[in-house]
Amino acid sequence: MRIKVEPRADPTWKLTLAVTVFSALIALPIIAVIFWGFQVNPIEAYSVIFEGAFGDWYGFSETLTKAIPLMLCAIGLSVAFQTGFYNIGAEGQLLMGAIFSTYVALQWGELPSIIIIPLMLVAGFIGGGLWGLIPTYLRVRFETNEVITTLMMNYIASKTLEFLVYGPWKGADEWGFPYTSKFNVNTWIPTWGFTRIHTPTLVFAVLSGIALFFVLTRTKIGFETRIVGKNPEAARYLGISYQRIFMIVMLISGGLAGIAGFGEVAGIQHRLRPGISPGYGFTAIIVAWLGRLHPISTMLVAVLFGGLLVGGEMLQIRLGLPAATIQLFNGVFLLTILSGEYLLRNKIIIEREARQ
Amino acid sequence: MTLIEMTGISKYFPPEITALENVDFEAEPGEIHCLLGENGAGKTTLMNILYGIYKADTGTILFDGAEVEINSPRDAINLKIGMVHQHFRLVKRHTVAENIALGLKCINSLFPLPEVRTLIKQVSERYGLSVDPDAYIWELSVGEQQRVEIIKVLCRDIKVLILDEPTSILTPQETETLFKALQLMKQEGIAIIFITHKLDEVMTFSDKVTVLRKGRKVDTVDTGSVDKRGLAKLMVGRDVLFRVEKSEACPVELVLEIEELHALNDSGLRALNGLSLSLCGGEILGVAGVSGNGQRELVEIITGLRKKTGGEVKIGGTDVSGYKPGKIAEIGVAHIPEDRIHKGSVPDMRVQDNLMLRDYKQYSKGFLLGSDAMRSQSTEMVKEYNIDTPSLDTPIKLLSGGNIQKVILARELHGSPSLIIASHPTYGLDVGATEQIRTTLLGQRDKGAGVLLISEDLDEILDLSDRVVVIYEGRIMGEVTPETDVSEIGLLMSGGSL
Repeated sequence: MRIKVEPRADPTWKLTLAVTVFSALIALPIIAVIFWGFQVNPIEAYSVIFEGAFGDWYGFSETLTKAIPLMLCAIGLSVAFQTGFYNIGAEGQLLMGAIFSTYVALQWGELPSIIIIPLMLVAGFIGGGLWGLIPTYLRVRFETNEVITTLMMNYIASKTLEFLVYGPWKGADEWGFPYTSKFNVNTWIPTWGFTRIHTPTLVFAVLSGIALFFVLTRTKIGFETRIVGKNPEAARYLGISYQRIFMIVMLISGGLAGIAGFGEVAGIQHRLRPGISPGYGFTAIIVAWLGRLHPISTMLVAVLFGGLLVGGEMLQIRLGLPAATIQLFNGVFLLTILSGEYLLRNKIIIEREARQ
Repeated sequence: MTLIEMTGISKYFPPEITALENVDFEAEPGEIHCLLGENGAGKTTLMNILYGIYKADTGTILFDGAEVEINSPRDAINLKIGMVHQHFRLVKRHTVAENIALGLKCINSLFPLPEVRTLIKQVSERYGLSVDPDAYIWELSVGEQQRVEIIKVLCRDIKVLILDEPTSILTPQETETLFKALQLMKQEGIAIIFITHKLDEVMTFSDKVTVLRKGRKVDTVDTGSVDKRGLAKLMVGRDVLFRVEKSEACPVELVLEIEELHALNDSGLRALNGLSLSLCGGEILGVAGVSGNGQRELVEIITGLRKKTGGEVKIGGTDVSGYKPGKIAEIGVAHIPEDRIHKGSVPDMRVQDNLMLRDYKQYSKGFLLGSDAMRSQSTEMVKEYNIDTPSLDTPIKLLSGGNIQKVILARELHGSPSLIIASHPTYGLDVGATEQIRTTLLGQRDKGAGVLLISEDLDEILDLSDRVVVIYEGRIMGEVTPETDVSEIGLLMSGGSL
């Protein structure tokens, strides 16, 4: 028996789905080894994760809560990646969105909800969008590598946030904690029942995913975006300005991440403080790839990863595992998914021994 | 003794493409064996199987009498098989020597460059293929890049050399040099497999020829026993025209005027030095010349892709300085680019999308794409241009070169352009597609369009053009009629004067 590898013409969507699911499943036994290392039965660990995230209504509501920022960041990233702009800066764009929203909340927080919440959303979009546009401008003007610049911008955003909450924006009644004052209750995004799901943000996220899918497939600008992503040289020849497309795409990608930041401060924390995001912007990179850069499937994957975050907390509480366990999950998933790409691009043929 | 024996080779690309069906092929040492066929006939696929890029679905390969498994180019290289691809595989930002050092095993792997330089020198002297080892690939013309590819293969000790349409980008002089080198290799006992669709080449220097048509082998014959017309018939399965029928041109008003044009190339060196020409509607102006003499820069300036440093370009009487490529297209300029895969199409997108790369704006309402209108327009284009595709939704990369070029033509010529810039429009295409594309260009001329035809294929220029100018070092050396003797044009192309 021999094994042969050769390039494949074009994977069908069924194959893509099968390979993606298979790659994700392959990650499980690998992670099991780590559980064993902690002397935890992997099957028990997996059931703790699953039950914690999807087993009851409370767990599932937490899963959805965490899926909101993942979804917003990941659908923006999926479009940026498809266009060939490798935005690693969703985390920083999220934080900037949170900062801009916070400014609006602290300034005009007593305005009625119907005005102040949309204002904060717009501010979040602008903050994240601008933060995304800076590295984009550097790319189109000076050909800097956006992977580096977007990554660095994350640290600038996070330090800016710390500067603000330790310094000028530090709340008077916060016992010296690096928090802003609690926002006026008018700025709080309504939640669903007794859960922490800030419904309007969730609805906004789902609608923007659907809208982006529609824009990509059915509109002129979407057509141009796909051309730039698939063959930049042809775009130049056709007179489609990739500079313009990059700026638009990154305004949206950064803006959506910024809205995720708005959701966290206005929907969950009701104040600005360090650690509002446990790395949503980074996890969203994996979510986008696992969703095959398709805005719709990306949203579903975001829910799964929201579940993983909740399940990870359960691992800490119920089994006493370190918080970083879940980061391991993410890392192993990314590895297996990217390895799965190989199966999509190549055919593996197993052959019987050639007859003599 | 037979060196290579491929038997019963079949290759399918699911779902619907049969690339090869039960093909036999043999090659012997010290023999130049041409593989002749139209585009999509399966020539390149067959050789990709021999070189280990594809795996045949059925069939066996014997090498030196023993059955071999060639699963990757590495296996092929170990068997001393070398291949020069039609689309080069060079790292553009590296130098010639660095490119050649990649993948060479027999040398010092830490500091290979001095040794590689010596090796390059030896090989280029031995076969008369000169190249500067320290030039960057992006500085070189296509002809020179090809020379690098050939030297890269020759630096290994090889028994079999496969060349995929090597002459389609060469000048007559460069072709001559290549043929001389091939004769030397032949005398050294190398088996040379030469993929081509140029009958003249087959006739002048090959020993044997195998003709493929639509994935099947038609015949293998000794070159001495056939004539050109016979081969052409084997190749396309019918008699073909060798010269397109052409009526007298009736030039009308000027569509393109270029005065004293100056420009730099990508390396910042002077590429155009005061070039002037003019073109009327209703005529075809051929620009003959060796590649790298400013043709690319000329085309890029006319189509708005490059900035000029001096001079004037007028299209239809309007100065187009500062016009962007999109604007140039809007005022009725069609551009058939030299690189149909990297520039002219988006390989991953569907045939329909590729047909609509220009017209999508016109078929849209507001932000929305007019899907129905685009669909019906595309269907018509496929019919009108006789594009052979399984469906409008097939990714264009699955089509053959000829059909990709027809898609580009259909797209660019839609809406009756007044000026057509055609760079190497039939480069690498088979007789059938070439004939169709030439006829289409002549048809556009007769409808009143001005055609600027840039090509290194002198026969094509002479066949199609009403007037011919020769470009050399960024200047026009002179204007001749298409009836002029080829040797005189060759003289102008190499910088001489009449």
